[in-house]
Order: sequence, then structure tokens, then C-alpha cells
Amino acid sequence: MTRKLLLENDHIEGIRTYDVYRKNGGYRSVEKALKTMSPDEVVEEVKKSGLRGRGGAGFPTGMKWSFLAKPDGVPRHLLCNADESEPGTFKDRYLMERIPHLLIEGMIVSSFALGANQSYIYIRGEYMYVLQILEKAIQEAYANGWLGKNILGSGYDLDLSVAPGAGAYICGEETALIESLEGERGNPRMKPPFPAVKGLWQRPTVVNNVETIAAVVPIINDGGDEYAKIGVGRSTGTKLISASGNINKPGVYEIELGVSVEDFLYSDQYCGGIKNGKKLKACVPGGSSVPVLPHFLVCKTATGTDRLMTYESLAEGGFETGSMLGSGGFIVYDEDQCMVKNTWNFARFYHHESCGQCSPCREGTGWMKKVLHNLELGKGKVEDIDLLWDIQSKIEGNTICPLGDAAAWPVAAAIRHFREEFEWHVNEPVLSQTRNFGLVSEKSFITQTV
Amino acid sequence: MEELKPNIQFPQELLDEVQRSVNMFPEGKQKSALLRVLHLAQAHWGYLSSDVMDYVARLLHIQPIEVYEVATFYSMYDTTPVGKVKLEVCRTGPCMIEGAEKIISYIEKQLGIKEGETTPDGLFTLKAVECLGACGYAPMLQAGEQYHEHLTEEKVDELIAMYRQKPLANYMGLKHD
Ligand SMILES: Cc1cc2nc3c(=O)[nH]c(=O)nc-3n(C[C@H](O)[C@H](O)[C@H](O)COP(=O)(O)O)c2cc1C
Ligand code: SF4
Ligand code: FES
Repeated sequence: MTRKLLLENDHIEGIRTYDVYRKNGGYRSVEKALKTMSPDEVVEEVKKSGLRGRGGAGFPTGMKWSFLAKPDGVPRHLLCNADESEPGTFKDRYLMERIPHLLIEGMIVSSFALGANQSYIYIRGEYMYVLQILEKAIQEAYANGWLGKNILGSGYDLDLSVAPGAGAYICGEETALIESLEGERGNPRMKPPFPAVKGLWQRPTVVNNVETIAAVVPIINDGGDEYAKIGVGRSTGTKLISASGNINKPGVYEIELGVSVEDFLYSDQYCGGIKNGKKLKACVPGGSSVPVLPHFLVCKTATGTDRLMTYESLAEGGFETGSMLGSGGFIVYDEDQCMVKNTWNFARFYHHESCGQCSPCREGTGWMKKVLHNLELGKGKVEDIDLLWDIQSKIEGNTICPLGDAAAWPVAAAIRHFREEFEWHVNEPVLSQTRNFGLVSEKSFITQTV
Repeated sequence: MEELKPNIQFPQELLDEVQRSVNMFPEGKQKSALLRVLHLAQAHWGYLSSDVMDYVARLLHIQPIEVYEVATFYSMYDTTPVGKVKLEVCRTGPCMIEGAEKIISYIEKQLGIKEGETTPDGLFTLKAVECLGACGYAPMLQAGEQYHEHLTEEKVDELIAMYRQKPLANYMGLKHD
């Protein structure tokens, strides 16, 4: 049986309420941390756990925390990133809606570790009903002495509030989130200075994903070493995966890092295989921003080893033949799906969400969207495929924030692995409008090095 | 200072909510409450007219331009009138491959409008939006703050009938008449 650390109790009736949550062991980590540990000891446990950021970049959380500047007399802040707008990702909503107190508990322990006395959960505006669930839970936590002044007589004070966004994917980027929380447009800031030095209101700030903060609870309860026993190598602990697309059992799953992709995709415990007995065509394993994998590189790496659900294994082969774990948004495509159309759909998304500050991103995403739409409609030329390659390569690395890269990578990967299908759209303008291409041939990635 | 239009004024219940939102932030950082206050204003008046935005600026002691900048940046804010019920259908990848386009054209057919339009009676606006974080339950739409998932044509019919009967969804936890 796989161990669950976050969703272990999600099926318990009433777990959303304080009383039931507390009866099932809730808030123990706050008692342990505030009564028996120093803030630095909490940071040390998180370091030992090997926990890596669950928001997409996978940066080691304990290390991030230890970078936080601590100038005398300047307040520090912890911000929880609940913007969750990466296509394919819906795990944070699940967690917050079902077990809001788990996030609040994690926020208390993490804020204590960082010496923050005023923390915020920034949640995407569309999750307004979840905001209300969180606010209710926060009220309960205040009423029971877990928030406010002198928590558990420890002398530690913490205020926690929820702030809504209003529809902007870019506000998931940490500096845009900070701008938004200051009541501004979500334009990412130039780094440096990093938020750890100058963040919210120019004060030292840590931004962490919902799932990252929730994972601090079992780490403090059971110890960092215990947590680090789960997983493979530098991929420790459990991870929430949002599974969507053409599969039998879409939903949110908590996996132990290290489960094989094959097991995750085909076993009844998880996705339950491809719907309607169809064949697998492609998979985007970590949210729309990560490279798409063609069917033959999903369960196996290019060298023929089993691919695992870990940061390292999903990235094996680099961008030539690998991808990324990203936010854990696992999107599955069956043989009837069109990769040109899907790439166009994602390009349209990034163009819509570009904040417009940098010309390569603002113009490049719009251009890619148009070229891809023409190709998808059978109105493209072979040169358009090279043009796309050229545009994406000029966006990557030339922008203020990583949204530019996130827009470029899916296009690059689609051309790298599905060039045949793109060319077919050019050569068969009529046929490509009535049926789909099917699977690409297995060798195409070896011959195709653009 | 110019005269306030008498009809542009939050009821006490909402003024209390504005105060609560401002209190979440340190002294002098009341601008941080702007996004929430704009949600309240839009829930109350249906959309953010320039009069409404000027009123919000005064409430938060900031310049009107600071409010316009924010109101025009975020996709959830409407600065022109929309229908009482916005049906926002997710069009992004995972929803698209599970039939979002069919749902959009079906709603277009049933309401007799195109995506982006409002029905002549001002009841429904149909909008295609980007990923709403419900990809595993596709296709889906949001109406007010309510998520409707696993959509089928029958479900869409039921929803339209339901919102015709009871047009306003609960929004920001506030009751509407
Ligand atoms: C365009 C863009 C969107 C992002 N969206 C999110 C998001 O919705 N949620 C999130 O936690 N991180 C998101 N991130 C990553 C954050 O910038 C940041 O790395 C993360 O919140 C750090 O938390 P973690 O270390 O706990 O993962 C996004 C990054 C970019 C560039
Ligand atoms: S890369 Fe795009 S989203 Fe990021 S700052 Fe530049 S224009 Fe804005
Ligand atoms: S793609 Fe539609 S909800 Fe995510």
C-alpha cells in the first residue's frame, strides 16, 4: 500500500471542520513546533526531509527558507501561492476544499520557522468558494487559539488572511503574486532583488505552494528523516498528481515519488488506463508548461529504462527525450487527439496570459498562436514549422520571468517529437481537417534534431 | 472633491466587509485590499463602471487611475455591462480534448448567441475562459462562483433552466436579490 501523508484523511466525514480535523490528529505539529522546537530546528527538519517546492520549480524548501534575510526590526512574510492556474493542475483546490485546516496548520508551523507574524494565502479569484471555506477554517483556528496573540503560551503571534486574485495566470509567478497582493497589476519584477531580500512591501518574503506548506505538517510530526525515507534519490516524500485527459479515472492522486509512470497511468489504483480502449498518443506529465512526451517516451526513457514519477526520471534525456515533473499536472492524450491543435491551444493560453512587459513574450506568443492556428487549419507551409522553431528559440531565456520559457517549451517539444504530424497538416490540408494523424513513428525523435 | 453620485454607495454590510478587508493589511497598506473590494463592487453592481471605480478609489484613498489599471488587467473584472449570469466555459487543452468545444457550440445554439455575447434579455453571457483548475472533471463551466463539472448537453439544459428560474448565483458569500 502506498503511504499517504496529505490526503490520508480526506475521506473522513466532516474533516473540513475544526472538531473533526483536530480529533484526527490535527494541529499536533503546531504543538510540537511551538512547545518543543526553535524556529531553526523546524527549518532543519524541513532540510532533512529533502522536501522540494511543489509549485513547479522543485527548489529545495529548507534551503529557500534559510536564504530569508532577517534584518533587525523589519517584519518578514510568508505567502502561500494558491494561484493554481497552470493548465492540467487542480490538486491545490482539492486539498484546500477538503482539508483546509491542513494548509492552515502548515502555515502556522512554517510562519513560526520563518519568524513571520503576518502571513497570507493568495488564492486565484475563480476559487472564491474555496476562499470562503478557508476563511471559515481560519476563524475556527482563531477561536481555538491556534492563531492570534501568544499561540499556546509560546509568545509567538501570527495573523493569517486570505487574499483573492482576479483571473491572471501570471500571478502564480512569485513576484507577480507579490505585486498583485500589493493591489497592483500582476507584472513580474526584475530579479534581483529576490523576494527573500525584498518581497512584499519591500520586506523579506518567502512564497511557497499550497502543497509544499501542507507537507511541512507530516515532516514536523514524523521527523524529516522519516519523510526522506519515502521516494527515490532527491525526490523524497509524496506528491499530489492531478490526472486529466483521456483516461478512465481522472482525479487527484497522492503518490509516493518513485512510482513508475506505467503503474500510474495504467493501474486501477490511479489513472486506470486510456479511455475507450484507445491507444496512448502523448502525455504532458507536469502541467502545460513542460515538454510533451510522445507515446514511446512516456513509460520508458530513451535508453529503455522504466520512467518513474520523480523529478529526475521525468527529466531524463533532457529536453531531447525527457520532460519535467513540474506542478504534477499529468495530461494524457489518446490516439484521436491532434498535437497541432493542442499546441495551438496552449500557445493561445500563453498569449492570453502574457503580461506584456517583454516584447519577445508578448509578440512571440501571439505570433506562435497565429502560425499554429494556420497549420492546424491546413493553411500552413512547411517553412512555418521552421519559423515556429525560430520564434520559440528567441523567446526562451530572453524575458523577465519564466512565462516566456513556459510558452516556448511546449512548442519546441511538439515540433521535436511530432514534426511528422505538423508536416502532414501542410501536405494533407483537406484530409487533416477530417481525421487525425494517429501516432507518430518511434524513430522520429532520433532523426529529428532541429 | 466632486459630488458623489448618490446611487454609488455600498450598503453598510459591504462597507463593513471593505473595512474587514483593509484590516487584513498593515497600516497604510490598504491598497492591498483593492482586488477584493473590486470583487465586492462587481458582485454588487454587476460590472465596474468608471463611477464605481472612482468610488472604490475614494474608499481606499488611492487615485482612480490605480483602480483602472488593476480593473483592466485581471480577466475576472468586467468594465462593461454583462449578463446577470456569466457562463464561463473552460477552453484550455485538457477540457478541449474532453469536449469543451462541443459544449460551447451547444450553449451557443441553446441561447442563440455567440461566444462573447449576451442574450437580448440581459440574462446570460457566454464566455470561453482559460483553465479553471478542474481539468480532471472536464468539460466544465463556472457560473458566478459555482463550478459545474462533467458537463453533458442534458446538464447544460438543466443549468440554463435553473439559472432562468434563479438567475443570480451567490457571489463572494453575499446574497443577491
Ligand atoms: C508563469 C508562472 C506561473 C506560476 N504559477 C504558479 C502557481 O499557480 N502556483 C505555484 O505554487 N507556483 C507557481 N509558479 C511558481 C512560483 O513562481 C514559485 O516558484 C512557487 O510558488 C514557489 O513555491 P514552491 O517552492 O513551494 O514550489 C509559477 C511560475 C510561473 C513562472
Ligand atoms: S515573460 Fe511574459 S509574462 Fe513574464 S514578464 Fe515578460 S511579458 Fe510578462
Ligand atoms: S483545462 Fe479546463 S479546467 Fe483546466
